[in-house]
Amino acid sequence: MRALADAVLLAAVAVGSVRSARAMLRASWPRRSPAAAILLWQALGLAGGLAAVGALVAIGVSGQGTRTGVLGGLAALGTRLAYGQVFAPRQPVLLTSVRLAALFAGFTLFTALCGVLVMAFADAVNARGRQRELLALLAHGDPKVPGALVVDHPAAAAYCLPGIRSQIVVSVGTLDLLAPAELTAVLAHERAHLRARHDLVLIPFTSLRRAFPRSRVIAQSYRTVALLVEMMADDHALRVRGLLARELATALLRFGTAATDAAPAGAMAAAEGELTARVNRLLTPQPPLPRAAQAAVVLAAALLVAVPLLLLVIS
Amino acid sequence: MIVNRLGDLERAIMEVLWQTDSALTVRQVSNGLPQNLAHTTVMTVLDRLAKKGFARRERDGRAWRYRPAATREAYVAELMLTALAQTGDRDAALARFAQSVSGTEAEVLLQALSGLEEQQVSETEGDSGGRL
Repeated sequence: MRALADAVLLAAVAVGSVRSARAMLRASWPRRSPAAAILLWQALGLAGGLAAVGALVAIGVSGQGTRTGVLGGLAALGTRLAYGQVFAPRQPVLLTSVRLAALFAGFTLFTALCGVLVMAFADAVNARGRQRELLALLAHGDPKVPGALVVDHPAAAAYCLPGIRSQIVVSVGTLDLLAPAELTAVLAHERAHLRARHDLVLIPFTSLRRAFPRSRVIAQSYRTVALLVEMMADDHALRVRGLLARELATALLRFGTAATDAAPAGAMAAAEGELTARVNRLLTPQPPLPRAAQAAVVLAAALLVAVPLLLLVIS
Repeated sequence: MIVNRLGDLERAIMEVLWQTDSALTVRQVSNGLPQNLAHTTVMTVLDRLAKKGFARRERDGRAWRYRPAATREAYVAELMLTALAQTGDRDAALARFAQSVSGTEAEVLLQALSGLEEQQVSETEGDSGGRL
């Protein structure tokens, strides 16, 4: 019965994670302290995934008669299966079948989640590799943007390629569009992305979206975390000495409203409102969360991950 | 231009290939380069470019002739498409500064921008006025 209690608790954590994600989507505090909010989002994703897999596996191993958590039950079941006992002794066949089905579902979910994570990472690495190859043939430096590569194209583009050999890239269209201080703001924003490896922060959400393309909560969560990551990079950029929030804001405004006529066919526009949110945040900044509140968020994130882990290992 | 690293070499050779419409032999490519390089070096780099898919080679009697697989503009367009594409699974590959908006949001933001610019102009005028 112990394992069944674990299963119920783990299922509660999984459902709770989804509910908390919905609450986080509506909350306004994340924009005040994006770093803390992103940490909580990561914890929600990790806890939700662990708990969902754990609940299924816990049902699968219930009736093994061990006291060492879901993983202990799994070990006991493994031993039994190794001796060729598919159906546990003195247990109804139907119950055992349900357990095996739950176990199978748990493993499938686990494999799928890990699989999409690896795939998303591999795709990103490949796309960056192709970009590097093309940049090596096409891009050049420019004294206006020290340290960045310039691509000869009239459309405004500015981005970075994260990784070990990270690189910031801007188009000639961007150089023509922005004033020197605004270019500094763009470079500072991109350097913040590279330094903090924001791409790794987003990868779990990219892969979740790939695993559940129809889930609206996951799609919205992805967009929300992506926006928080941009806000965090905006905050870091403003630490550059002499850079004004207004310069970053006008850079954003000029960049976002640059005529997309010059863009090659196939490029698409962003979700409504994200740019406005970033500009508003720069022009009318709100104070970050008090330190105590930030600490509470970090603690909540730690607890959220610890609970399913403890249930899996000891309980 | 001094061509030293392998990447620079590939780039210089692609420039030569992009300059003409016809397929070039290794010797013709060598002659088009700004500095003298060993025949085998040029051949090796052309071979690498062919393996990467940037150059195509075709037989011409006993020699190979090379031409670019796509125009320079096509490769720039490919780069920019990845840089500007804002949906899809490639999202995690690059971190973009900002995404472009359209419609009503763009209009509202353009108004905000001109408001900010006016503010800046009046402040600058105020500064210089103060100094005078």
